[in-house]
Amino acid sequence: MLEIKNLQAKAGEKQILNGISLTVNAGEVHAIMGPNGSGKSTLAQVLAGHPAYEVTGGEVRFEGQDLLDMEPEERAQAGVFLAFQYPVEIAGVSNAYFLRAAYNEIQKARGKEEMDPIDFLDLVEEKLKLVEWGPEIMSRAVNHGFSGGEKKRNEILQMAVLEPKLAILDETDSGLDIDALRIVANGVNKLRRPDNATIVVTHYQRLLNYIVPDHVHVLAGGRIVKSGGKELALELEAKGYEWLTEEAVTA
Amino acid sequence: MTTTYLKDIETVARNGGAKAPWLEALRRQGAERFAATGFPTTRDEDWRFNTLAPLTQAEFQLAPADLGGVTAADVAPFLYAIPGVRTLVFVNGRYAPALSSPGEVPAGVTVRNLAAALGAQHPALEAHLGRYAEPGKGGFTALNTAFVKDGLFVHVEKNVDAGAPIHAVFLSDGKVGNAASHPRSLIVVERGARVAVLESYVGPAGGTYFTNAVTEAVVGDNAHLEHLKIQRESELASHVGTTHIHQGRDSRVTSFAISLGAAFGRNNLDINLDGENIESQMLGLYMGRGRQELDNHTNLLHAHPNCGTREVYKGILDDRAHGIFNGKIYVTPLAQKTDAKQTNRALLLSDTARIDTKPQLEIFADDVKCTHGATVGNLDQLAGFYLQSRGIGGALGRKILVYAFAAEILEEIPYESVRQGLEALVMARLDERGEG
Ligand SMILES: Nc1ncnc2c1ncn2[C@@H]1O[C@H](COP(=O)(O)OP(=O)(O)O)[C@@H](O)[C@H]1O
Ligand SMILES: [Mg+2]
Repeated sequence: MLEIKNLQAKAGEKQILNGISLTVNAGEVHAIMGPNGSGKSTLAQVLAGHPAYEVTGGEVRFEGQDLLDMEPEERAQAGVFLAFQYPVEIAGVSNAYFLRAAYNEIQKARGKEEMDPIDFLDLVEEKLKLVEWGPEIMSRAVNHGFSGGEKKRNEILQMAVLEPKLAILDETDSGLDIDALRIVANGVNKLRRPDNATIVVTHYQRLLNYIVPDHVHVLAGGRIVKSGGKELALELEAKGYEWLTEEAVTA
Repeated sequence: MTTTYLKDIETVARNGGAKAPWLEALRRQGAERFAATGFPTTRDEDWRFNTLAPLTQAEFQLAPADLGGVTAADVAPFLYAIPGVRTLVFVNGRYAPALSSPGEVPAGVTVRNLAAALGAQHPALEAHLGRYAEPGKGGFTALNTAFVKDGLFVHVEKNVDAGAPIHAVFLSDGKVGNAASHPRSLIVVERGARVAVLESYVGPAGGTYFTNAVTEAVVGDNAHLEHLKIQRESELASHVGTTHIHQGRDSRVTSFAISLGAAFGRNNLDINLDGENIESQMLGLYMGRGRQELDNHTNLLHAHPNCGTREVYKGILDDRAHGIFNGKIYVTPLAQKTDAKQTNRALLLSDTARIDTKPQLEIFADDVKCTHGATVGNLDQLAGFYLQSRGIGGALGRKILVYAFAAEILEEIPYESVRQGLEALVMARLDERGEG
C-alpha cells in the first residue's frame, strides 16, 4: 500500500529526514517510535504534504501512485489521513459543516455522489458512537475551545467518517487520560480492516498496549535505526532510547 | 451641494415637530454649523482616504414621510428571531408603528420613537440630546442635528435591567431616487442599569439613497450597554453613521459594527471613557465587493485611570472594494494604567481590492499598556493545510477560510439568531463570488 524509499526532507535549512525506507501493507499496523526531535512528526507531515517541508530525495508510492507529486487534498482524496499531533482550530466553522465538506470532496474525487446534510447526520450518528460522543459536538466550531483530549478524539471521529485507506496517527495518545486513551484506541481498533493500514507514531509504549502493532520501528536522527515486532516496544519501554541512538551515532 | 439641504432645513424649521425652545436652538445650531462648514472634504485629515465627491456633490432631497406601501414583507429579511425582542421600524427616517412591535417593557424602561418622546417632553431628552454628538463634530453630524426629528429613544432608569434587546430598523424604501434621511437616536442607561440595543440600517437592492444617522448613548456609572450596529444598506446607497458613547465609571460597553452594504459606508464610533475602571469592547466586521468603499473610524478617549479597551476590526475586500480603518486611541495624562488593545486585520481577495489603515495612538500618560496590530493579508495557512489534509482544497478551502476569518467576529455576538443570520449572509456572499 505504502512504499517509502530513502526519503529525505528538510525544513528551511534544517535537514530532518535522512533516508527513511518503510513498506506498509494492507491490514498492517506499524508503530513508529523514537525520542523527541527524531523526525516522527516530520515524516507524518511529509506524507500528508505539508508545504513547510521540502523533500530532498527518495520516493513515496501510495497504491502505486507517486504520493509526493500529489497536492495534500489529492492525497486525502486518495485515502491518506493524518491525525495531527496538534489539531488546528477553525473558529466559526462547525464540525458538521467541515466534516460533510470533507466527506463530499472525497466522494466527488472518487466519482461518487455527495451526501445531503440529513443523510450525513445519520452517517455521523453511527461514527459518534465509536468515540462515545453525543451529537452536540457537531455544532461546535472545529476544535475551537476543545480540550487537548477532545481534539484528539475529534481526529478519530474524522478518521471514522472519512474511512481512509492509510491512517497516520501522530502522538494521538499524548495528553490523554486513561479513559480518553481507551476511547481513542478502541475507535482505531474498530476501524481496522484487512484492506486498510495504520501508522501509529508515538513516544510512549502505553498506546501500544491498546493498539497492538505488527511492526515497530525506531526513528533517531531522521533514520530508522531499528525495526522489530511488538516486543521491541516493550524493550524500549524498559531500556529507553539511548542505547539505540548511541548505536545510530556510532554506526 | 449644500443648498438643497439648506432649503430642506428651512422647510423643517417652518413646520417641523415639537417646538421646545431648547430643541429649536439645537436644530438651529446644527443648521448654522452646516451652513458655515458644509461637508468635509478629502483635505480634512479625517476624510483623506475617502471618495467623498459623489456623496457630497449629489442633490439629496429629504426623503418623503409617506410610507409608499412598505409592508412587513419588505422588513422581514432584516429582522432576527431574538426571544422577546422589541422591534421599532422606521421608514425613510420616520417611525412606522404599523410595522413595529415594541411590546411590553419592564417598569422604569422607556422605548419609543424620538418624535413621540419629544412630544411627551421626556426629561432625559433636554439633558442629553446633542450633548455628545455636538454639531461642532463635523458636517454630517451638524446636518443630522439640523434635521433632528425621529429615531430611537431608549431610557432605562437606574438599576433596571431592560431585558430582551431592542431592535431599531431604519429602512429606506428607495422609491424616490436620491432621498436623504437623518435618523437620530438617543439611548440613556442610568446608573447600574442594563440594556441591549440593535440598530439596523437597511434598504432594498438598487436603492440610491443617503442615510445620515447619529446615535448618542449615555452609559451611567456601573451601567451596561450592548450595542450592535448592522449596516445592510443597498450597495448603491450612501451611509454615514456616527455613534457617540459616553461612559461613566465602572460601566461596561460592548459595541459591534457590522458593515455589509452601501456604495459609500462610513461608520464613526466615538467612545468617551469618562470615569475610572471602565471596560469596553469594540468589534467590527466589514465586507466589501464591487466598488464599495467601507470606512470605520473609531475614536477612544481614555480620560481616567484604570480603564481597559479591546478593539478588533476585521475586513474582507473583494473586486475593487476599498476599505479604510482608522483607530484613534487618545490617552490623557490622567489616564494611568490604561490597557488598550487594538487589532485590525484585513483580507484582500482580489488584486484590485485595497485597504488604507491607520492606527493613531496619542498617549500622554506614562504607565499604560497600549498595543495595536494591523495585518493585511493572507489566509490562515495552518488552517488551510488542515482543510487540505481532509480533502478540502481549492476554491472551497479558500471559502471556508474566509468564512472562518469573518466568523471569528460574528461568534462573539451573544444572540444566536443574529449570529446565524449574519453567518448565512457572509456565506451567501462567498457563494456568490464563485471561483476567482
Ligand atoms: N517546520 C520546521 N522548521 C524547522 N525545524 C523543524 C520544523 N519541523 C520540525 N523541525 C525540527 O526537526 C526536528 C524533528 O522534529 P519533529 O519531526 O517534530 O520530531 P518528533 O515528532 O520526532 O518529536 C526537530 O529538531 C525540530 O525542531
Ligand atoms: Mg512529534
